[in-house]
Amino acid sequence: MVLTALCLTFIVFWLTNLYPNLEKLAKTQGNFRMSDEAVASYLEKNGYLQPLPVKFGQWLGVLPGWTQEADGVVTGKCFTASTPEEDRPQFCGVLQGDWGVSTVFKDEVGGIVAERLGLTGKLMFFVMLLMVPMALLIGVLAGMREGSKLDRSLSTFSIASTATPEYVSGVIFIAVFASSAGWKIFNGSATSAMEDATFANFTLPVVTIALYGMGYIARMTRASMTEVMTAQYIRTARLKGVSFGNIVLKHALRNALIAPFTVIMLQFPWLLNGVVIVETLFNYKGFGWVLVQAAGNNDIELLLAVSVVSVIVVLVTQLISDIGYVYLNPRIRIS
Amino acid sequence: MEPLTWGEIFLRVVTQLTPVWIALIVVFALSITFKRKLGLYGKLFDSTIGMIGFGLVMFWVFAGIFGGPLDMIITHDPLSQISGMKNKPPGTALRSPDEGEYAYFLLGGDNLARDVFSRVIKGAWIVVQIAPLATLFAFMVGITLGLPAGYYGGRLDTVLSFLANLILAFPVILLFYLLVTPEIVLTGIPNYMALFLFVFPLVFMTILLNARYHTQPSLRTPLLIGVIGILGWLYLSLVSTNGAVVATPTYTVPGLPRVVDLFDIDPGILVVFVSVVFVNSPTVFRIVRGLAMDIKTRDYVAAAQTRGEGPWYIMLWEILPNARGPLIVDFCLRIGYTTILLGTLGFFGLGLASESPDWGTTINSGRQLLRAFVHPAVVPAVALLTMVLGLNLLADGLREESLRD
Repeated sequence: MVLTALCLTFIVFWLTNLYPNLEKLAKTQGNFRMSDEAVASYLEKNGYLQPLPVKFGQWLGVLPGWTQEADGVVTGKCFTASTPEEDRPQFCGVLQGDWGVSTVFKDEVGGIVAERLGLTGKLMFFVMLLMVPMALLIGVLAGMREGSKLDRSLSTFSIASTATPEYVSGVIFIAVFASSAGWKIFNGSATSAMEDATFANFTLPVVTIALYGMGYIARMTRASMTEVMTAQYIRTARLKGVSFGNIVLKHALRNALIAPFTVIMLQFPWLLNGVVIVETLFNYKGFGWVLVQAAGNNDIELLLAVSVVSVIVVLVTQLISDIGYVYLNPRIRIS
Repeated sequence: MEPLTWGEIFLRVVTQLTPVWIALIVVFALSITFKRKLGLYGKLFDSTIGMIGFGLVMFWVFAGIFGGPLDMIITHDPLSQISGMKNKPPGTALRSPDEGEYAYFLLGGDNLARDVFSRVIKGAWIVVQIAPLATLFAFMVGITLGLPAGYYGGRLDTVLSFLANLILAFPVILLFYLLVTPEIVLTGIPNYMALFLFVFPLVFMTILLNARYHTQPSLRTPLLIGVIGILGWLYLSLVSTNGAVVATPTYTVPGLPRVVDLFDIDPGILVVFVSVVFVNSPTVFRIVRGLAMDIKTRDYVAAAQTRGEGPWYIMLWEILPNARGPLIVDFCLRIGYTTILLGTLGFFGLGLASESPDWGTTINSGRQLLRAFVHPAVVPAVALLTMVLGLNLLADGLREESLRD
């Protein structure tokens, strides 16, 4: 897992450090009419032209940061010219807890990422609160009696919801609920929800993300529910005369929820996609919005931090879903 | 002239789409008549859901074909701007239509005064071209690597699975933002990836035919020469542009000379295509690997091994045909997913040019004024929705019908 994370960050590092990307960075930092020599000297001065493994080592904090002397002023990766001599650390990288400085926001990367993650966490909390119970309810209701009218209509609904990517449902929701042509019930922008989330400004983004993930979980729940409902022990319970509601709630549900649990955990990486789209569409300045800003401006250190966070989220959810699966499923737990 | 009412708009759109209706009716009539002789495809017409899905998909396919290369359905040029039509609602009449020019913007004008209806139809052609082809390439890569990984297992499987998981752990959007930029196109990385990914169909076909016919060299040798020749030519034409395979400001790798180069691909489209294939192939790899691991324990595989068949024969002619059901269903779903990915790219303004009529880009340009003018973004959004929904329903119908026997 650590190896995967390391490989992935190295790939991101390599892609952001390709020369045309560095040239773009230099031009956005300096000015757009810079000559090739000016670009090269800017990059040289800021330590971008060292060999790739060396730069990666410095970013990680296993190699000492670069220092340079020009006109008697010493600058380096870990300090500026005004830092006193004795406070200058030799290593400054992720391992030392220093994520670097964002070139777009002119601020510490660690702070930006933490703040934006908090905002996205708020969004995700409400998404989960809406999505998981709804999806399980739809799946259980549909899978209870396979082939019934209720099953048909709920299955079609869940297929339709998986077929609607966030940018489509978001646009349609805004058109219907927040534009001059439709009803103006909700706000089409969620910028104000960053400080103070209300029903009017936060509903649309939450529903938009929840809808796309809901269909998939509901379909998985339905599949596992139909499988459980045909099992021998359910038949035994029916023959004993247990009421249908009791069978579903007490006998079937527990076993039917093992598979959806894994799926719900594995949905996290997908939700990340949705978060980026929805935050862009509704102008909610969270983690996804930062990703777009960082990638669009080739802000190397911010982008690296963003990708480390998202890769860790993906890997941790995979791990939790594996452990959870073993824990929930008695057949695996005992053997 | 008076603007059209909603009923008139509907009637005119339906009339404008006449070629599509005719083609749809012909396809359905033929398919239903001969449905008992058409195998799995014919059985699709036994399920209502499958038929609805198939109808939706074919609607956009025909709309794309007739509207794209044949120029039949569209009422205006999708790129030309007509004065006075900026953000006009659906059914607005042109101020001063020229002789023979269509007098209305059926579904309104967008923020650059272009006809929304024509752009959606032209956009369908882009999607119908790229999505199935990219999915096909992803399947070739996934199958060629997944079969041996599942069949042999061991160290090969470990390495390939690690690589697949590596790509899968990447958030898709981050990957797109890193790969699909003009700067990356300059470095030539997409060209190298194209060189690598596009070679798989060639390898696949060669192994497939060689495994089947290597006992009859008199048939195999001319067949292979023919197939490799044609596919190789297509491959080289595909990867080389202007006589070079990779062209960066600092160096070039020579490719097929321009005289024999069949077609050129715009670098913007190429990078979109390559990254979509790249994102999709690990998932296909995992599915194929799982299927191969399951099927290799069957008796007919053991029988083939006892007969002394080679490993590639067993993989491609014993395991693969028996895995076709789930693969066909996944193929349909994956085209839908690829369409969504293409839309995502367009939505973030990556890859395709900003005046391109594809649905994602149109949604992106329409969303800035979404709160005031709804139609420029909603029309392509509904188009994308129906197309993906059709593919999902089609996959569902296929799954039900293939499970039935």
